[in-house]
Amino acid sequence: MSDNGTGPAGFLKEVVRRQYFWGVVAIVLLLLVNLTKDPSYLSIGWNDANGALVGNLVDILRAAAPIMMISIGMCLVIATSGIDLSVGSVMVIAGAVSMQFLAAAPNTFAGAMAALGLALLVSAVVGLVNGILVSVVGLQPFISTLIMMLAGRGIAKVITGGQNTSAVNDSFRWIANGYLFGLPVVFLLALAIVVLVGLLVRRSALGLMIEAIGMDPQAARLAGVNRRGLLLAVYSISGLLSGVAGVFATASVMTVDISRTGYQLEMDAILAVVIGGTSLAGGKFNLTGATVGALLIATLDKTVVFLGVSSSATPAFKAVVIVVLCLIQSDRVRQLLRSRRTTGSRPSRKEAVAA
Amino acid sequence: MTAATMTESRSSTSLKDWIKLRLELLPTLAALVIFIAMVIYGEVAYGRIVQMSTMSNLLINNSHLIIIAVGMTFVIITGGIDLSVGAVIAFTSVAGVMLTNAGWNGWLVVLLMVAMGGLFGVVSGVLVQYFNVQPFIATLAMMFLARGLASMLSTVPERLAADASILALATQFKIIDGPKVNDLIITPGVIIALVVVLVAMFLLHRTRTGRTVYAIGGSEQSAQLMGLPVHATKMWVYVISGLLAGVAAVVYTSRLGIAQNITGIGWELDAIAATVIGGTLLTGGVGFVLGSVVGSLVLGLMIVLITRDGGIPPEATTIITGGILLVFVLLQRLVLARQRD
Repeated sequence: MSDNGTGPAGFLKEVVRRQYFWGVVAIVLLLLVNLTKDPSYLSIGWNDANGALVGNLVDILRAAAPIMMISIGMCLVIATSGIDLSVGSVMVIAGAVSMQFLAAAPNTFAGAMAALGLALLVSAVVGLVNGILVSVVGLQPFISTLIMMLAGRGIAKVITGGQNTSAVNDSFRWIANGYLFGLPVVFLLALAIVVLVGLLVRRSALGLMIEAIGMDPQAARLAGVNRRGLLLAVYSISGLLSGVAGVFATASVMTVDISRTGYQLEMDAILAVVIGGTSLAGGKFNLTGATVGALLIATLDKTVVFLGVSSSATPAFKAVVIVVLCLIQSDRVRQLLRSRRTTGSRPSRKEAVAA
Repeated sequence: MTAATMTESRSSTSLKDWIKLRLELLPTLAALVIFIAMVIYGEVAYGRIVQMSTMSNLLINNSHLIIIAVGMTFVIITGGIDLSVGAVIAFTSVAGVMLTNAGWNGWLVVLLMVAMGGLFGVVSGVLVQYFNVQPFIATLAMMFLARGLASMLSTVPERLAADASILALATQFKIIDGPKVNDLIITPGVIIALVVVLVAMFLLHRTRTGRTVYAIGGSEQSAQLMGLPVHATKMWVYVISGLLAGVAAVVYTSRLGIAQNITGIGWELDAIAATVIGGTLLTGGVGFVLGSVVGSLVLGLMIVLITRDGGIPPEATTIITGGILLVFVLLQRLVLARQRD
């Protein structure tokens, strides 16, 4: 990752400079907090019955999978200086489509695959609609995806007729609850998708072009970057990944909860992305960071439940964290910190303190 | 209303020229036409629309929407957005009901509710103005914060005692006692909404602050160079929106007598839709308070028609609202593109 450091000291310096390093630190701290409450928190056992590792860490990995999916989609969208507020609603649409399909389909592998394909297709189409609104029509990203966010839950309700549809399908259930090499399938799948997307954008010019749109659309156009096509692709990918997340979230309980599945998860995705060091202003992105952010959020959620704090407090807490991270990213605070460091007073300093 | 009378008075001169001149009025007129068309359609298809009780219920049931749409108008004209209104209403109403039930003075609680709404506005305003956070991110964070705080307070419906003084705001006064239940009714809540609309119209269309709001939306940099108080005004629009969310919470809670942490989910979309239908440009710089009122009534009437029709599932209303918003935003882009030519 950082091979330009000189020796172990340089390597360490390089690691600390990366913003997601602090995400890792936060995860470790949270785990330590849990460890003080229950010394056996980190212990991992082996369940002979189904050949799987069991333990809190495994649970965290399982819970992180859907968040990882929506976070890397959101990460790419934010890099184009857009936003996708519809991720949670796309999750519930994907869940509704797959459950509604499976409720009528036979309990076979083919049925599960068909449900998966249908759910992903619908989510990619929703993402594509977002992309068309943003790139072809030229709407502000947050308005088009806000419409999708609120209308999406309505669409899911119409699909299931307002019911929380449940279904039975062992293959589909295996996606979320099965184990492979002792690890949850859902986490391995998520990791594979993250690596795949990472390779796709970083081993080709795709990532660079996405960042170019976010940095300066005018310059990107002059450089011959196909803005329209890229935006369509990025929003479709975000929709597709949200669909995957929706499948993960519904397959574990084999029920789609119309009002709860994916509810307020757009905030988790934004938070994961921001924690990972991607600026909301766009122009750069860091998929590793977003993944670390997603793991941190999953750890946080589990910690809150483990410590017995009312889980209704977490959204408020996360909102506060977002505000603080936004403040740290803002120029004014950076300037303030810098002027403190160089002891050079700037005119805006007094104002910032007053604010 | 003024727009309609102006059309008539000038239609003798070249209508085409006038339309070219006041192109930004077009969406507002369109909203007015749609409202009238909906009334006529409803009357023909379902009946009992053009009567006093339906119309007064339309006002009573949508007074909270009118209030937040007016606040949203201010924010959107500066080119910003406030996504937190629905959640702020949820928090303030739950907090208000709990305080009232804890024995606090009802009118003090009303003031507190409005103040709490204003506080959320202050935080969004500071984030947007002083820390350059994008408006939708700042207000989105406030939305989650307010919704989270509301769920921390309570996750079950909080019911007001039957003798709570805030309920007086929903007392129904019969102005005209019609036959059977066909009465012209007004509640203090509706009067509050009307006062809010009048004050907002005065503030936005007749004062220096209002001019500055438009100037910021037109071009923030130019406004700054002209020496207008951009910083303070940009802060104020979020405070106004927050305060009005508090007022809307008071009106809504007094009408229902119940507050819940899931109150107001999606109301930000309704408020944005009402504002946009009423002719306010999402990019800022153009908009009318009265337009937003018409927009709110269009949305309210839509709900009435959907309920009367019965064939459309109630789940579909958010999809329809979203669709209408989309159509109007597209209409705006079309008009803007035409204007640029």
